Formats: sequence, structure tokens, C-alpha cells
Amino acid sequence: MGTSPTKQGLADRVLDGDRRALARLLTYIENDEPLGQQSLDRLFPHTGKAHLIGITGPPGGGKSTLVNELIRAYRQGGAKVAVIAIDPSSPLTGGATLGDRIRMLEWHDDPDVFIRSMASRRFGGGLAQNTLAVSHAFDAAGFDPIIIETVGTGQDEVAIASLAMTTLLVQVPGMGDGVQTLKAGSLEIGDVLVVTKGDRPEANELARDLRRLRQLGVAAGSAVSEWDAPVVKTSAVRQEGIEELIAAIAKHRAWLEESGEMAARTRVILSTEITERVQATLLRQIQRPGGDGGLGDLIERVVAREIAPHRAAEELFGRLRDR
Amino acid sequence: MTPGQDVLSPDTGRQRPIRILVAKPGLDGHDRGAKVMARAFRDAGFEVIYTGLFQTPEMIASAALQEDVDVVGLSILSGAHMSLFPPIMDALRAAGRDDALVVAGGTIPEEDVPALEALGVARIFGPGTPLQDAVAYVRDHAPAREDLP
Repeated sequence: MGTSPTKQGLADRVLDGDRRALARLLTYIENDEPLGQQSLDRLFPHTGKAHLIGITGPPGGGKSTLVNELIRAYRQGGAKVAVIAIDPSSPLTGGATLGDRIRMLEWHDDPDVFIRSMASRRFGGGLAQNTLAVSHAFDAAGFDPIIIETVGTGQDEVAIASLAMTTLLVQVPGMGDGVQTLKAGSLEIGDVLVVTKGDRPEANELARDLRRLRQLGVAAGSAVSEWDAPVVKTSAVRQEGIEELIAAIAKHRAWLEESGEMAARTRVILSTEITERVQATLLRQIQRPGGDGGLGDLIERVVAREIAPHRAAEELFGRLRDR
Repeated sequence: MTPGQDVLSPDTGRQRPIRILVAKPGLDGHDRGAKVMARAFRDAGFEVIYTGLFQTPEMIASAALQEDVDVVGLSILSGAHMSLFPPIMDALRAAGRDDALVVAGGTIPEEDVPALEALGVARIFGPGTPLQDAVAYVRDHAPAREDLP
């Protein structure tokens, strides 16, 4: 520490536990800079050890506060904890206010806690483009678990489930009646359903409605996963439910290992990373102003209603392929 | 900037958004200045890490390190700037983050500016400074991180 991370040996310094080198590497990775990618070539063989825990749920639902409580519990167990906290970028200016860290300030002097904020940069799904690549750096540096907090989400953001091994779905009391729990979407991706703000009067009702979900599934004869997603009620105010939550996560991790599901999920997670990179690369080629793949004349023809958008897309894809 | 433009080239023309830590050291509870600052930089396309009130020098340095910010922006309204800044600059140096641009805004009288600049504070934005000036200064002076040794 105290010296600038030089371009030589950045990856080695990360492996040696140099936090400043790690911080700089995360910047390079986030921005797809060549040094980030070169370092990941070196680091990737050292990954695959960490448990990735995703946390998703509505804005103001208590996700960051819950993460803070999880850090406390994992630190008491001696774990080295990393957090990737994602907040939204402005659709208008690209700017962002990253404010999750404010709930986790008490760990500022703990060398075994590393919290990094990322702006979504309009990636969508409540995540940022290079979230998983950032997690690889933490993984190689020996952090386990790595907690990924999504942007505040609603009913339909499910991408976190293709990125985390255990997804915690946060639900907040007082947001609607039992019909909400019947709806398809993000409720289906929770490996553990967490009712936060458990000190509120409606919390028991919500926990009950969520528990009934599975019973309804069984009654309906639907295919239900072997994993029975537990419902855990927490209260940061009363310091309740965290031990139960940690136990539920550990139980899920053990189930993933025993059932073979961990290997399957790992494949899904890494495949997702690969295909998303391909998509991003293609998009960049298409959007590059004045580039060969630019929409140019095509958008003019679509605006003039000469050809339909799907034909323009087909044409564009053909041009990329032929290049 | 309009929606749909390349997010990695906001109106700064840089390869990536500038990251700025906005924090308020000291013990008074006036965070309006820090919040206005955070909003102005966000609206100018910066990525703002907002840690709010009551930040100790160690908290500021730790956040600057972990978030790898380009800029540290401090809001000080308590009048305690002469005692707050030396430990903050020391903590940043100890964390290896004295490469970040440090700017400050708030009720800081003219006569204290030279001493603060001598400590390494790049620019003080006193009362009445248009926020656009602060944003423009930071945009022009944020270190080119790719040039680090």
C-alpha cells in the first residue's frame, strides 16, 4: 500500500491482497479496459471458490441494510466479505447517485470487507454490464461470500438469478394483498424469500402469504423445485432474523452442492456472462457512429415506412456477419 | 446527452464517467450542501458515491480507496475546516489515494484558502459559487487515471 498500482503485476498484487490494486482493477474491469481483461486472464484460474449471493427487491425495501447485517454475521464467522452494490444510472445524463454504501459505513476499517458501488449504466435487469467480471476479481482475491445487491427492482427483473448461486428476494410489508404473491416474475426466482422490516404490523401477513405460495403450487400440481424456498422475516431495528437467514443461505448452498445443482448453476452463470459479452460487443458495433454496422440508411428507410423494423434488423445482422 | 447515446461517452467525451465521492466530514448535521453537490454532479453525468454526514477522515479514505474514485468532494459548513482537512489529507495519503483530486465547498473564508491549498486541496468553492463552475472545474481537472505509473 502507499504506492500506485503499476501496470506490471496488477493481478499478482491482487492475489497478494493489495486492496488498492484490487480497487483499480475493478475500475479497469468495469470499463472493459484491456488491462482489466489481461488481469482477468491471469486471475480466472484462481476463481470458482466464492459463493455468490444475490439480493434483489424494491427500492427502499431494506436491501442495503440487510447487506450490512449479513456482513456483520459473516464477519463474526470469520469470512472475508465482498459487496457489489448497484444503483441506477440516469437515462438522461448517464450520471448516477450510488448510495448503498451509506448503510455499510461501519466496516470502513475492516480489511476483510470490501464494498464496491457500480452504476447500472442502463444495462437493465437491475444489474451492471460487468457485474460478474467484477465478482471474478473478488473471488480471486479470496472473498467469500460475494454479495451482489441489485438496483431496486419490481415484478420482472430476474437477471440476478442467472448470476448468483443463491438469490435472496426481499419483499416489504404493506405493498399489496395476497394476490401480488400469486403473480409470475421475480417472486419465482427467490431461493430464500426475505420479509424485511419485520417489526411492521403487516409483516406476518406477508410472510404467511409467501409461505402459502408453495402450498398453492403443490395443490395446482405444478412442477415444484426440490428446493423449498424458505420465508425468513428479518428486522434490522430489532436485530432479528439474521441468524435464521444465514442458516437458510448455508442450507441452500449445501443443497446446491449435494443435488448437483451448483454445477448446473455455475454453467448457467458463466454461459450468461459469455452471451452477454457477445451481445454487448455486437451492440457496440451497431451503435458505433459512422461505423460499418451503423444504422445509417436503414433507420431512414424504417422511418419512411419503406421497410419494417424486423427487416432492418435482419439486414443489419447480415452486414455484421459479412464483415 | 439524450437517451440512447453511448453511456461510456457522456457529454465529457471521456471513455468513462468520472467517479466522485461526495462526503460531509464533521459533526454538524447540515447535509443540504452535500446533497446539492451530489445532485449537480449526477445531473452532469458523473457517478457520485454519496456517503453523507459525519464522515471521519478514515471513512473518507476507505471509501475513496474501495470505490477508486477520481475525485473526492467535501462539503464543510461547520467552520471546522482548518482542523478537519489535515487529517483527511493524511488519511488519503496513507491509503495511497493522494492521486485523487480533492475539492471542497462550503463556508470557507478566503483567508483560509491558501493554507488549504498548501495541504493539497485543489480548489475551494466558497459561498455563492455557481455549481456549474464547480462541475466544469472538476470535469477539466479530474486526473487522467490511465496515465498513472
